[in-house]
Amino acid sequence: MLRITGGKVYDPANGVNGVVKDICIDNGRIVAPADGGSGADTSGAKAARTIDASGMLVFPGGVDVHTHVAGGALNFARGLVPENQRVARKFLHGKGRRAGLGGMTPTTFATGYLYAGMGWTTVNEAAVPILTAKHTHEELHDTPIVDKSCLLLMANNEMVLDLLEAGELERARHVVAWLIWAAKVYGVKAVNPGGVAAWKWGKNASALHESFEGYTTLTPAKIIAGLAQIVDQLQLPHPLHLHCNNLGIPGNVATTVETMKVLEGRRAHLAHLQFHAYGGDGWSNMHSEAAAVAEAFNQHSNLTCDAGAVLFGDAVTITADGPWQHLLYQLTGRKWGNLDVENETGCGIVPYVYKDRSLVNAVQWAVGLELMLLITDPWRVFLTTDHPNGGCFWRYPEIVQLLMDVEFRKAQVRRLPEVAQQRIVLADLDRQYSLYEIAIITSAGPARALGMANKGHLGVGADADVAIYPEKPNADGLLFSYPRYVLKDGEIVVEEGDVIGGSEGREFIVRPEYDGAIEDYIRPLFQQAYTMSFDNYPVSLERLRHPEQVNLSSKPE
Amino acid sequence: MITLTLKEQPSVPLEAEVLSPDVTAQLSTADIRALPVYLGKRQRRVDDFFEVDGGSSDQITIRGDASRVKWLGRAMTRGRIVVDGNAGMHLGAYMSGGTIEVSGNGSDWVGAEMSGGLIRIGGNAGGQIGAAYRGSSTGMRDGTILIGGSAGLEVGMRMKRGIIAVSGPVRDFAGLQMKGGTIVLGCGAELRTGAWMIRGTIISLGPVPLMPTFSYAATYVPGFLRIYSAYLSSLGITLPFDERRGAYRRYTGDTSVPGKGEILIWAPRGA
Repeated sequence: MLRITGGKVYDPANGVNGVVKDICIDNGRIVAPADGGSGADTSGAKAARTIDASGMLVFPGGVDVHTHVAGGALNFARGLVPENQRVARKFLHGKGRRAGLGGMTPTTFATGYLYAGMGWTTVNEAAVPILTAKHTHEELHDTPIVDKSCLLLMANNEMVLDLLEAGELERARHVVAWLIWAAKVYGVKAVNPGGVAAWKWGKNASALHESFEGYTTLTPAKIIAGLAQIVDQLQLPHPLHLHCNNLGIPGNVATTVETMKVLEGRRAHLAHLQFHAYGGDGWSNMHSEAAAVAEAFNQHSNLTCDAGAVLFGDAVTITADGPWQHLLYQLTGRKWGNLDVENETGCGIVPYVYKDRSLVNAVQWAVGLELMLLITDPWRVFLTTDHPNGGCFWRYPEIVQLLMDVEFRKAQVRRLPEVAQQRIVLADLDRQYSLYEIAIITSAGPARALGMANKGHLGVGADADVAIYPEKPNADGLLFSYPRYVLKDGEIVVEEGDVIGGSEGREFIVRPEYDGAIEDYIRPLFQQAYTMSFDNYPVSLERLRHPEQVNLSSKPE
Repeated sequence: MITLTLKEQPSVPLEAEVLSPDVTAQLSTADIRALPVYLGKRQRRVDDFFEVDGGSSDQITIRGDASRVKWLGRAMTRGRIVVDGNAGMHLGAYMSGGTIEVSGNGSDWVGAEMSGGLIRIGGNAGGQIGAAYRGSSTGMRDGTILIGGSAGLEVGMRMKRGIIAVSGPVRDFAGLQMKGGTIVLGCGAELRTGAWMIRGTIISLGPVPLMPTFSYAATYVPGFLRIYSAYLSSLGITLPFDERRGAYRRYTGDTSVPGKGEILIWAPRGA
């Protein structure tokens, strides 16, 4: 039994807004205080340890709904940027801690320490091809402390696309379900639907309602609608996780708004919305359309999104969106990498520097913040940087500061080039996030969107993932950069700001229903087209060290 | 003045970035003896390998065959290191000031990503002189590297400013992806000199096989060479600029990048 006393508790999922109350933990879960919270322990169940959180903020552990921390693409990126590794923060081997490197593409162990060291305890790896799922699970196993889940890339899988083109939605559903269980993942991701498949012919899919190279009737819109329907029918806890078409391209606001219309009547999560809210028809007149995107988004209560905010400085862009990465490479003229993942997807890596003197980068920086300020319901927009695309996850506290302090934010806007200031609306936005809202966008909201009932809150029965921050900003001026304590499953993993170790963390997976006979359909296609044998394709359950299968019959809120 | 005499050859390369004037300037003899060096993954002391004489100085002399001692003078900003013998890899990497003199041979990555100072090697050196480390966009940013003998591959790779002068023969890819600065080749280089060069000058006094992506521009003696030669002669390098004795054939490229670099090849009159 562990008791946290005296802290101001922010637990939006249970409507607790800055109330000073005790949090009791037993056996890795939050339990009701035996004394009803009065502080006077009358039951005799003495707390083995009491953490005095007076003058501190008690938050549910952070939940990252969209990040890239493990797998083939990230490892490719690590290899592509050795110059970043040389200057990255070093984690030395020590008692209960493995060695690693931080930086823009942290190594596995360092990823766990950096997330926990910031108070985040659950992460969702947002892009896994089935072919490299084994690699991803191995890396996630080596990512300590945090709980993990991952999403399977599906919108350019030729097996699925062929069925959608043929209108065989029923069979497609079984294939998708089979693939989900074969890869041992938690949900479905769609990246540039159709675009990556077309990229294999050197093309893209930029019009939602037009077919693309390799298909005659199938369109990106049909892929989006089909997959969203399948995900809903399979009752997956997390809706279709969508990276819209035309990422990063000026004028893509039209595509984004149209995508929302395609998704009407279905659940969906729109990833890194910042990259999809630009106006103009070229780089020279690109401007923020955050207001238009936010207005459309506010009207679609079936959708959630994450910000994909950009911070100035070094980044590495990693995405399955091969055509976009080729364009970005042409813009930067620096090194890049491209992978072809057989019949499933693609991948591109481009190291990138966001500069505050660059018009385009300045607009991107502003759009991420504008979206978070203009989307009215904090339960539907979550804090991300699409790590490491828009910035590193360990810089989240900088974004929190920008959201909470309007004067600081406006001072930053004034430092941008004047032309850039005319192309954004950030200076006109006076909204400031409260601590309660920060707890929503960093924890309660993403946990709800992921359908993780025991995450993102501090109610009785929840996993005892708790972050305790000082009430005053740290020496670096940031409020959330340096938690005093972090608890994961009731175990203290960060004490006085130091990561002191912790367990390996679980992996959430789902097993959707499918007809076992679907294997007879997949096997011959597979043996004809893939370079590996069919029997080596699925990830065996034994490969996951700490799997936790989420029950699908319990519908998410 | 500090004198370090190598007692025995380390069995594997010894990482000794502590042997830098910036580190030793404030340290007593005993402190210098206790400085950490790495033999493979094991941490050892300087006096496990060196006899140490003197202290509190930014003048360091190293005696013996230090060809397995890496990172001498790493990131030094001042002072002087004299190696009476050979020096190992990464000599003077990241240095921004001061002087390193080696009487024997150097190895690979001499002055890699340096931003100032002078390195003079009497004998031969390895590859990647003044180069960018793998993945970095920029190699040496300023400073001077002088090699008395030969040098290996990728001399001056991605260098941005500064001078590299090699008196002896140089192997392939000299000035690879060069962005600025000057490479002086005393007797030419092997293949693909200046490949992907964007800017900068490669001056060769010997023959250089050129890639087809370099095009002939003119035969002349550039005006700046008179000044340049005067500066280099103060460092002991002779660069001809007398039009009565010959002229330079100027080639521009690498047009595959496309780049605005130049290769100047000395053509003696009547040859």
